[in-house]
Amino acid sequence: MSIESKPSPRPASPADAPLKGRDKKRDWASRLVVLLPYLWLVLFFLVPFAIVFKISLSQTVMAQPPYLPVFDLAAGWQGVTNFVAQLSLDTYTLIGSDDLYLLSYLKSLQVAAVSTAILLLIGYPLAYGIARSPRGLQPLLVMLVVLPFWTSFLIRIYAWINILQRDGLLNDVLVTLHIVDKPPAWLSSDTAIYIGVIYSYLPFMVLPLYAVLEKMDQALLEAAADLGCTRVAAFWRVTLPLSWPGVAAGALLCFIPIVGEFVIPDLLGGSESLMIGQTLWTEFFSNRDWPVASAIAVALLGLLLVPILLYERLQRRALAGEN
Amino acid sequence: MADDGGLAGDKPVLVRFESVAKHFGALIAVDALSLDIGRGEFFALLGPSGCGKTTLLRMLAGFETPSAGRILLDGEDISSVPPHRRPVNMMFQSYALFPHLNVEKNVGFGLRQENMPRAEIAERVEAMLALVRLSGYGKRRIDQLSGGQRQRVALARALIKQPRVLLLDEPLAALDKKLRAETQFELMELQRKLGTTFVIVTHDQEEAMIVADRIAVMERGRLMQVAKPAEIYERPNSRWVADFIGEVTLIEGRMAGAGALETALGRLRIAAEAAAPGATVWLALRPEKLRMSRERPAGEVNALAGTVFEIGYRGDISIYKVRLADGSPMKVSLANTGAGGAPLFSSDDRVWLSWPPEAGVVLTR
Repeated sequence: MSIESKPSPRPASPADAPLKGRDKKRDWASRLVVLLPYLWLVLFFLVPFAIVFKISLSQTVMAQPPYLPVFDLAAGWQGVTNFVAQLSLDTYTLIGSDDLYLLSYLKSLQVAAVSTAILLLIGYPLAYGIARSPRGLQPLLVMLVVLPFWTSFLIRIYAWINILQRDGLLNDVLVTLHIVDKPPAWLSSDTAIYIGVIYSYLPFMVLPLYAVLEKMDQALLEAAADLGCTRVAAFWRVTLPLSWPGVAAGALLCFIPIVGEFVIPDLLGGSESLMIGQTLWTEFFSNRDWPVASAIAVALLGLLLVPILLYERLQRRALAGEN
Repeated sequence: MADDGGLAGDKPVLVRFESVAKHFGALIAVDALSLDIGRGEFFALLGPSGCGKTTLLRMLAGFETPSAGRILLDGEDISSVPPHRRPVNMMFQSYALFPHLNVEKNVGFGLRQENMPRAEIAERVEAMLALVRLSGYGKRRIDQLSGGQRQRVALARALIKQPRVLLLDEPLAALDKKLRAETQFELMELQRKLGTTFVIVTHDQEEAMIVADRIAVMERGRLMQVAKPAEIYERPNSRWVADFIGEVTLIEGRMAGAGALETALGRLRIAAEAAAPGATVWLALRPEKLRMSRERPAGEVNALAGTVFEIGYRGDISIYKVRLADGSPMKVSLANTGAGGAPLFSSDDRVWLSWPPEAGVVLTR
């Protein structure tokens, strides 16, 4: 047995001691940094969600708070068992049995899906154009995309009411240009919802698309051209596949919040069919039915979990691809 | 007139640049340049960065259109043919491999664009991967390959369409020195095997000398000299080329007639009349052509005394800088043949430098 192969214990020099102490401190600091996001998630997502979930299993009553059972700490163990015994799935049976809720869900999904598709069709060329414009101009163009955020969201939606109402700006233009004879009613319709949603969410589509298109190596397009691709073919075979992560990010960044959108359909949409956000609002504030409102929220989260998980997986794959 | 360094008679012209110029705004990247490249040649465009060599290559690929002049391929003007319709393929400096495709999809990319049947593509890709010694790597992702493997994938992808000319833009710049040396020989072997015309752009003169049949030395958008590697090294046509290629000592002098040169170091003998008597010329001396001794050599016509003031040890040879009587430095390289491979001379040694008249080259510009 050779001497070298023996693992020799590291000689403990006096210089090692303070260094070790510092290492330990750094170790704790780094652990805390890792822990912080989890702490955040537990405090501001998991706990509130648990409360909402608990309320969704309760019964509505005319009281303060407007649901039963209420956790009674004074009653001890008896109180806990009483509390659990009173929980039920009634609210879920209700939202499953009444068409109103299902229709709201479907309506929300439809608005979100169609809007996301249109957003992609508008956002992709926009992002592509910005990414291909001169380097010096790009920050300005990106800023123009983000500029609407500098005004309150609510004010911008109210502005759309002004534009879309019967004697609003849009009809003025259409009538003046003789495109229509009689001013059509835009407001209180699905069209108005789509206009509002697409207008509001466009930056969320453009920015992630711009991010992937901007960092794409131009030499790849030259290589494609060199190997026989026209510009169009190079787009389909190189640019589009390479921008998939941006497409996925943009689509989910739009789709998920649009499903739960409340303000836009409430201000611009009609009353004949409601999106799930409006239904939830009605249950909560008009009917004061907290348990049903909570059940809707929980069901909505379950519904959105699918695309969120899908996005998670895509992102993980993209990360793995970079390493 | 283009000095094309004697395009070999058995190689007909394949690529011809006719007074080709390229301007980027006020910048003249390529200046009215004419050049012929023969079929089956391994041709190198060599020059410092910014000399226009890459622009010239990109014009041949079709990524840039000439501001003036014509580019002919096999006698046909291709100046305005877009890159996707040129029978020319390029290997990019960054390789530009498609990160979303695996090795075989990258290599087969060009054939797929031609709508070749899948089975035939697979067959050709397989053969091409074997040629660049990457058999069995077809399913690998690009990010799973080493630098050398990526370089070979890029080469395979550019060769699979059997281009009339293969363009290589600094193809080995990203490899480490040892791998680069091996790959240079592989490239030469591949070129000989395929018989395809290769045009390589490089700033590495050693690389150009090793791989190329002929070299065009470029500077500021112009051709300085076009010739075989040995000719460029042994008979540079200007001080600029002599200085750019390898090491050289230049001694300014005046033609004194009868094979003699009047210089600040005294009268030096040269092999032939290179200019009219009285003209200012420069004698170029390569370091390995000089002899160095401790005693004044007997019978040598050119001998100068000096003092060694700097030694660069390179293992096989050492490069000595010797200060001459007038204070000017001269470079000499000698094999390390001393005991134990030690340099033969040391600093502050008083030495004599000598060379036969035919060892120097007289340059007029």
